[in-house]
Amino acid sequence: MRFERRAHRPLILVVLAPLFAIGAALAIAGFLIALAGAPVLDAFWQILKGAFGSRLGISETLTRTTPLIFTGLAAAVAFRARLWNIGGEGQFYMGAIGVAALASGIMAGWPPVAAIPVAMLAGAIAGMVTLLVPLGLRLRFGVDEVVTSLLLNFVVLLFVSMLIEGTLKDPLAFGWPQSVPIPEAAELPELMARTRLHAGLLIAVVAALLVQFVQARTRFGMQSRAAGLNAAAARFAGVPLGVTLVKVACLSGGLAGLAGAIEVMGVKGYVTTDLSPGYGYAGIIVAMLAGLHPVGVVAAALFAAVMFVGADSMSRGMAIPTYIADVTVALSLLTMLLALFFTQYRIRR
Amino acid sequence: MMELFDIFASAGLWAAVLRIATPLIFGTLGALLCERAGVLNLGIEGIMTFGAMIGWLTVYQGGDLWAGLLAAALFGGLFGLLHAVLTVPFGLSQHVTGLGITLFASSLSYYVFRLAVPVASSPPTIEPFQPLRIPLLSDLPLLGPALFNQTAPTYLAIAAALILSYILFRTPLGLAVRMTGENPHGAEAQGVNPVAIRFGAIITGSALMGVGGSFLTLSAFNSFFPTMVQGRGWVCIALVVFASWRPGRALFGALLFALFDAYQLRLQTVVGKAVPYQVFLMIPYILSIAALAVMARRARVPQALMQAYRRGER
Amino acid sequence: MTASPVLELRNITKSFGDTLANESVSVALARGEVLALLGENGAGKTTLMSILFGHYTPDSGTVHVEGRELPHGKPRAAIRAGVGMVHQHFSLAANLTVLENVMTGTESLLRVKSDTRAARARLAEVSERFGLIVDPDARVGDLSVGEQQRVEILKALYNDARILILDEPTAVLTNIEAEMLFRTLRDMARQGLSLIFISHKLHEVLAAADRIVVLRGGKVVAERRAAETSKEELAELMVGRRVARPRRETATPGETVLEARNVRVSSAGGKGLSQVDFSLRAGEMLGIIGVSGNGQTALAHLVSGLVRHEEGDLILFGEPVRDPSVRAFIEAGVGRVPEDRNTEGAIGDMTIWENAVLERIWSPAFSRHGMIDRGAARQFAAEVIEAFDVRGGTPDKRIRLLSGGNMQKLILGRNLHEQPKILIAAQPTRGLDEGAIAAVHTRLLEARKSGAGVLLISEDLDEVLQLADRIQAIVKGRLSPPVAAEEADARMLGLMMAGDWQQTARDTGRGFDAV
Repeated sequence: MRFERRAHRPLILVVLAPLFAIGAALAIAGFLIALAGAPVLDAFWQILKGAFGSRLGISETLTRTTPLIFTGLAAAVAFRARLWNIGGEGQFYMGAIGVAALASGIMAGWPPVAAIPVAMLAGAIAGMVTLLVPLGLRLRFGVDEVVTSLLLNFVVLLFVSMLIEGTLKDPLAFGWPQSVPIPEAAELPELMARTRLHAGLLIAVVAALLVQFVQARTRFGMQSRAAGLNAAAARFAGVPLGVTLVKVACLSGGLAGLAGAIEVMGVKGYVTTDLSPGYGYAGIIVAMLAGLHPVGVVAAALFAAVMFVGADSMSRGMAIPTYIADVTVALSLLTMLLALFFTQYRIRR
Repeated sequence: MMELFDIFASAGLWAAVLRIATPLIFGTLGALLCERAGVLNLGIEGIMTFGAMIGWLTVYQGGDLWAGLLAAALFGGLFGLLHAVLTVPFGLSQHVTGLGITLFASSLSYYVFRLAVPVASSPPTIEPFQPLRIPLLSDLPLLGPALFNQTAPTYLAIAAALILSYILFRTPLGLAVRMTGENPHGAEAQGVNPVAIRFGAIITGSALMGVGGSFLTLSAFNSFFPTMVQGRGWVCIALVVFASWRPGRALFGALLFALFDAYQLRLQTVVGKAVPYQVFLMIPYILSIAALAVMARRARVPQALMQAYRRGER
Repeated sequence: MTASPVLELRNITKSFGDTLANESVSVALARGEVLALLGENGAGKTTLMSILFGHYTPDSGTVHVEGRELPHGKPRAAIRAGVGMVHQHFSLAANLTVLENVMTGTESLLRVKSDTRAARARLAEVSERFGLIVDPDARVGDLSVGEQQRVEILKALYNDARILILDEPTAVLTNIEAEMLFRTLRDMARQGLSLIFISHKLHEVLAAADRIVVLRGGKVVAERRAAETSKEELAELMVGRRVARPRRETATPGETVLEARNVRVSSAGGKGLSQVDFSLRAGEMLGIIGVSGNGQTALAHLVSGLVRHEEGDLILFGEPVRDPSVRAFIEAGVGRVPEDRNTEGAIGDMTIWENAVLERIWSPAFSRHGMIDRGAARQFAAEVIEAFDVRGGTPDKRIRLLSGGNMQKLILGRNLHEQPKILIAAQPTRGLDEGAIAAVHTRLLEARKSGAGVLLISEDLDEVLQLADRIQAIVKGRLSPPVAAEEADARMLGLMMAGDWQQTARDTGRGFDAV
């Protein structure tokens, strides 16, 4: 048996790949559920019901989708240019703490029209700066950014922990390590009354459309794609590789930073070290499931959110740990890689 | 000020160095073996987590400590097999596949752990490996308690470094591994099967990673909790570069790294509250990044690292 | 010679997707014989040898060594049967020593210790016997290309190869090195080895082989004894029809458009340049001939605006270049054909229109305020496809799907469509078949005729002799003084390419200043 590269990538396969990947991941998850001695179909039904079965469920699912869209976009734009940004988690926290620091410091008394955009910008810039560190090390010393951006995640989390136990500690939190809350002016309006769902979802969807436009229609989009597909040819064609990568890093880090900022502005109002249940890492999966396509990211983020919210609710009723959601989502990355392979290759004999 | 140096004179520090270094030695050797064959294995963080969990669980369920270690090696090898299947015949991106394995293996270990052990206020414990005093040598002043009063897996780690070094540089198998990591087409042209070599190296390397993880629950601590690996896997990946892909230097690098770590732990108690403890905790990660920056251009990277090998395709 | 062949390929057929690489090919090799496998690029020579050596599995057909059939797809079995292969792209590990490279795979993988001492002795014996001397402890990456080839041959001989296959062995050698190689090959044949070498160079197969098998389109089209054929006959057999390559007509060059004075470029990894002098005038073609790996890449990058020179002056249209960039060069009117289509010339997974305009995407014709005008870009691509006869091309197709020749036509076209005043053509016909070569040559001559200064960097003697007005050789990053094409011949260029230009001047009794 050997594999042969397809001349054309059939569109139907490209569309089916994520569906196959998710189906296969769910099948394996079903096996793991059965291993725990629980009824598989019922468990899946409970997951769906938990995610969509109630007003609260739907609002929770969409609330969770929001940061995943941002971190998914962050990974997608970076990976397209072969910038392996695995530091989404750290950039998320930097964005969050950036907003907390700025908003609590100077924004008291600002009108929301000023506070909200400035706070978002602050979060984005904090994320950008965080990614520019590993990129700088790559451009200057030739260090693989995968490992450095991973290691930075730990540094950032300790840094955030230091701030919320020190300078930014909320004195009114009964000694809990959490940051001072942001002023009301910087809070995002809610989308559904009496739920946690906030305007961040709309911003995320607009961001996805914008990224799509930038990648498909602009010079920067074309050049960053060229740099990712074939750096030597891009250089020969005059694409400034370093500058392009810096721009891509700003976009990617900015989006991941925004994820953290918006989570603080829309949901929590303050920063803790468990603000993200791994949104940065899940963003990588979301991006891959979407085939690095910005609009696909929205759908893939929704899938991941359904799993997380649904599994939470399902595990309350059944003896299945909520981690089944993480397992399924992680598996879908591996199955997606395989599915993508078969869109490019076919089996021969 | 004297206190800062006094730390170095305590046997406790040196004993801690070896203890801290042990999982890093196993992990670094494992990653090194994979990379010598041309495959980056970023599954390490998850494989170490799973090793920690399954090793602990085996003992918790009544198994022997050695059975726990073996289980960690076995499951490490299984995840290695998965990585090998995806990256060798399919030639998928080693970066993304490795990350996927890490996410999968760590979430699976939390899942299995939760299934086996119900939520409790304090995590259940096991009886870990006890220090093994080497007769005579352990009576030496300073050196004795520092070097010759360790648990069995620590001695095993040092032996593993020496054995791996011997295999890579003194045996035909090691030469075949190195050739595969440098030029798999060349290996094939000389009748060495690069696919088989890569499978073997990844599986064995991943087994070592699993053992490294299990040291955390079977010797360093006595219980398992999520996120306990704390980026040690990524540190190992950095150490491989620092060590220029040589097992002897990997041993040295892990010990040096552990020395910083052990020193910073003791420094915390000396310096006290003047500096936030998080600053000390950051040091290992920042050191790893610094080591990468210094070594990245100097090291002689295996030429075929991260290159998929497909027969007949150049 | 014995009656029964030592090696026999019977009815080998192999297809890749829709293309038939080998169709029922049968070849036999006698003991002590040197057989040349002649054919154009893409004729199926390398595929055939890869099947013989077990890298590929054929769709049908069998391989027999000394009467016994070899199992398919097992290089190890081929090695055991005494077949050794010297690959065109060496299968060496740069970071390992010569001895380590040679030893790989020669011992059982289960042995607990390598017997380095025995291996060292055996290597010394083999290299002595065939006069192939190399330092066993040298790191292969530190050796010259010629030495690396020696290691590659030693590897096969070390394994007791009785049949040796060499794939385009002279591609990276100077003429003198090539002559030495062929002497070694003859010597081996005399010692009872049987050899097959793959080539597309006519003079080479005539000089070195006993017998020549010509492959075309995956089939054996003819078999000749070297003594009973001619260059002309072989050329026609190889190409299948008479393809006349165009030749240059005399012309009067205009002003100097590009000039280098004592330029130095140091380059990480590859070869750099030092003390480089040349001048290129409008309406002339300057040929730079040299053996691969002598600084051609650095030179092509220098004149394409990719690298900055550290010393000397590079003068473009009378202005010294201070801050080179691809964009500045293109805007000034420099067209550039890179030496490797696939790594530098095209991005396989982008569309033809994207590849056509990428290097000019900043031009207001194709983008405004950072937005791409896709209509204009597609239009441009369609025009290039039409004007330069890019077959099988539509603007929205991925460029990967074009054949090498058509991809090269597109690359030439995207440059020539803008009527450049200078055209840099680095290895423009490498890997192309005769038809495509003729098309490229015609375009280059047209550019010259319409007044562009053409800098042709090539490894192909015939190409340079036919097209260039003046010729300089590039050796170890330096350029020889120019000679006029009318006064040059293959022998003289061969000496120049070996770095012996003072010698050449003396031999021919001419100074280079005369040009």
